[in-house]
Amino acid sequence: MIERLGLHVLPHATSTELHWVLLVLGLPLLMGVLGALTRPVRSWPVILVCLLPLVALALLSRQVLDEGAQAWLIALGPLELHWRANALTLLLLLLTQLLTLTSAAYAPAYLSVEIGARVGQAWLWPLQGALASSLSLIWLAGDLLTLYIGLELMGLAAVGLMLLPGRVEALAAGMRYLLLALVGSLAFLLGVALLLGAWQRLDLAGLALAAEPGPLLWVAVALLSAGLLLKAAIFPLHAWLAPVHGAAWTPVSALHAALVVKGSFFIALQLILVLVPGASVAGWLLGAMGSAAVVWGGLLAWRAAKLKDVVAWSTVSQLGYLMLGLALMVGTSPSVSAAAWEGTWLQLAAHSLAKAGMFFATGNLVFSTRQSSVRGLAGVSRGMPLSLLSFGIASISLIGLPPSGGFTAKWLLLQAALEGGYWLWLTALAMGTLLGAAYVFRILRYSFVEGGELGEFRRVPWSMEILALMLALASLLLGLVAEWPLSLLRVAGGAP
Amino acid sequence: MSQAWLPLATLATSLLMVPLIFALPERAWRLRTVLNLTAALLKLGLVALMVLGGYQGAEYRFSFTVVQGVTFLFQVDALGLMFAGLSSLLWLATTIYAIGYLEDSPNRKRFFGFFSLCVASTIGIALAGNLFTFLLFYELLTLSTYPLVVHRGHPKALAAGTVYLRYTLTGGLLLLLGVVALHALVGDVAFGERERLAELGPDAHLMLTVLFLILLLGLGVKAALVPLHGWLPRAMVAPAPVSALLHAVAVVKAGAFGIVRLVYDVYGIGLTYQLGLLTLLAVIATVTILYGSMRALAQQELKPRLAFSTVSQVSYIVLGISLFGPFGTIAGLVHLMHQGLMKVTLFYCAGNYAEELGIHRIDQLNGAGRRMPLTSIAFTVGALGMIGLPPVAGFISKWYLGMGAVQANMPWVIIVLVASSLLNAAYFLPILYRLWFRPGPAHGVGEWPEERHLGRFETSGWLLWPAVATALFSIMAGLFAGLPFSPLDLATFVTAEEYTP
Repeated sequence: MIERLGLHVLPHATSTELHWVLLVLGLPLLMGVLGALTRPVRSWPVILVCLLPLVALALLSRQVLDEGAQAWLIALGPLELHWRANALTLLLLLLTQLLTLTSAAYAPAYLSVEIGARVGQAWLWPLQGALASSLSLIWLAGDLLTLYIGLELMGLAAVGLMLLPGRVEALAAGMRYLLLALVGSLAFLLGVALLLGAWQRLDLAGLALAAEPGPLLWVAVALLSAGLLLKAAIFPLHAWLAPVHGAAWTPVSALHAALVVKGSFFIALQLILVLVPGASVAGWLLGAMGSAAVVWGGLLAWRAAKLKDVVAWSTVSQLGYLMLGLALMVGTSPSVSAAAWEGTWLQLAAHSLAKAGMFFATGNLVFSTRQSSVRGLAGVSRGMPLSLLSFGIASISLIGLPPSGGFTAKWLLLQAALEGGYWLWLTALAMGTLLGAAYVFRILRYSFVEGGELGEFRRVPWSMEILALMLALASLLLGLVAEWPLSLLRVAGGAP
Repeated sequence: MSQAWLPLATLATSLLMVPLIFALPERAWRLRTVLNLTAALLKLGLVALMVLGGYQGAEYRFSFTVVQGVTFLFQVDALGLMFAGLSSLLWLATTIYAIGYLEDSPNRKRFFGFFSLCVASTIGIALAGNLFTFLLFYELLTLSTYPLVVHRGHPKALAAGTVYLRYTLTGGLLLLLGVVALHALVGDVAFGERERLAELGPDAHLMLTVLFLILLLGLGVKAALVPLHGWLPRAMVAPAPVSALLHAVAVVKAGAFGIVRLVYDVYGIGLTYQLGLLTLLAVIATVTILYGSMRALAQQELKPRLAFSTVSQVSYIVLGISLFGPFGTIAGLVHLMHQGLMKVTLFYCAGNYAEELGIHRIDQLNGAGRRMPLTSIAFTVGALGMIGLPPVAGFISKWYLGMGAVQANMPWVIIVLVASSLLNAAYFLPILYRLWFRPGPAHGVGEWPEERHLGRFETSGWLLWPAVATALFSIMAGLFAGLPFSPLDLATFVTAEEYTP
């Protein structure tokens, strides 16, 4: 597992090769400041400028793909920071930058049409930049200190973004989120302190070798995971998710569901695989949580009355799949964990794309119909066909129907569960599919209702519709081209 | 020689139509019509090209890796070509019919968009070269037919759509589980690599039997095998061209075609026989045939009667497969085509009666033969074919089924055939009697429920000619069964491949 995560690579003595990483980390922040100063009103300049970090990422990719996984040791006085980049890191960075780009491109039209001129707007840009940078830091981090810094920065940026609407609900939701994030961080810090006290080191590769199983390790891992899973909205710590999304701006919701919860999940996955790779009890516990999340999240989404709540609760259910994938990697045979490894990352990418696309489409539909309830959708197949189509395509991936990325990911997870004989997880995956279909088609069904008077539809700027469609299509086609990212995972410093 | 472009182009003709149609505005119906017909003709041409090539031994293959160990594979074989040919022929006819049927109704853009997607899925199913690819398009078919079923948007249609999804998505999930399990067991099996499963040896037989049952359950939902048929009669609320397509080539046939693939190209007929699963199939088919016919007899409305008749008729295909021996195989395969032609004719005619005269119930049909002679002749041809009278195509199917039963040493099947033919006659002949021999509004007795004069002929030409054409095809398939390129010839070709090792 250490090898798959790219933690086995020893750092180079020279730090000259660090510049591409620093560019990848720093450029989003810079763009954010630039955005605050210029306040763009069109999408295309935003897209053009956001291509810059992608160029930096391309250069970093060349370095990694040519020379294999990279690791860096950065000494800041007495502190040592361990960073590394392998193919997985690159893919996660690519996902982060693409989603930040689309979210930033969605923002100008959204701000001018829906929010109108208000003071809070300028803050959106630097906060989004900070979010992208802190996420990139999390993907790159190889020690607990960097991870903690990334986690805190990400949490603060997310809280800031939540507070932007300035309404009472938004403030309440933002404060609630802040409180939760703090509790999560506290648990995380306690876990880190325990590990530091016992083995005097914070780098993950070193801890993997040094840590000995025992009550101390178990308590530390439990504290770390509890804090992180709270932040990642994993069942049963998920209840805060929907209210937060209900109040936030659409591009913020999209980024949050697509990336922020994944950041915490990624850290949790990394720690569990590094510290307790063979603990099958942990595997069963994680799997049980994942199964419960899949089923309960699906049920909540099915019963929800508001459109945004359906989308938010479906995130809980989808994160359950990720937990099931993780469960299939802990204490299982190599072939099972290999399939689960690929399935998990594919599921993460597919869900991020589909969920962001779905939030955009939902935002468009809610804006156009002026109704936040599911029932308000009657007749949108005539009034807003494109956004409805985007919603439908994104939901194909969420249900896990072919040819979407969600389907291929589910295929891999099913294969892993079958090979290992984990019938319970298999049942959970199957239930998730049916529940997914139930909550998605409940919405689509309303859109086909004819008769009754149709409300007026507000026009939505085309850039908002196109971006939703692009993300949805990306999640759909990912299923067919999945071999490309997955082969990258296998060859470029990812193979065990 | 391997030409990858031909199957891809065939799929693309209908798949690329989808974004094109969605991009056109609702009112551009002329351009949409031209596009639809061009694509349908183009595809018919491409399939004809593949059929010609296939007879000359050309190979068409296209594949790429989706994830490690799983490939997307298009592989053109005779069986696939049969289904592709049927699908593209009936697509052309149904497109013409739908243009006439939906004239002036709302949401035509949406209808034709999903209609094209639906046909693209059936072509994908036909050309699929392994179970993974088959599953891909099988599920796509579910998704693309849902909007067609609920097209009218009234509560009854929406309720039918929900039932439809409950059945088909659960079936799809079972199929997915079965396919993944088969993958875990033997890896990627391309259609035709029958020896792969047979080589596993007797230890795997229990597992293989369980997997066969799971896959059969998944496929049986769409094939409307009793007791998984509940969605089909309800889906009748859809517009007539959709019902025609659903019953003749798309959904029901996809299920039946899947069962054919499963038995012949995945398990192989030998292994299926060895596992004792053919007897099971024969029993299921018998129950479905008899039950469907009985229910059809009890229906008072035209479309539900036709729907239950589909339940019964599609199982002839399954019955043919379950008879071990070349004749049974030929019967099953040829009925795949024949039932499509005859059933689509019957549905067009039912739609014509509803559109022109407002007729939905069977007792309203009195004397309609005089008012709408061509439609009624087409209906008569279809109905007689279903009963199995020569020279209509249905006779060939039943003849070969009978011979297959003798060959497989299962004489009780002949009794089933006789019983079912009697039942078919019992529910079709009264309709024909009413059409031709009972005096009705055309003779001055009573009034049509809702008469409209849609065109120069007895009804609009768009509605009339497809029905006449498919009726003609049904007769020709029976009359010229001995000539090359007839359905029977194709079925014999496929069967020869199957039974020569």
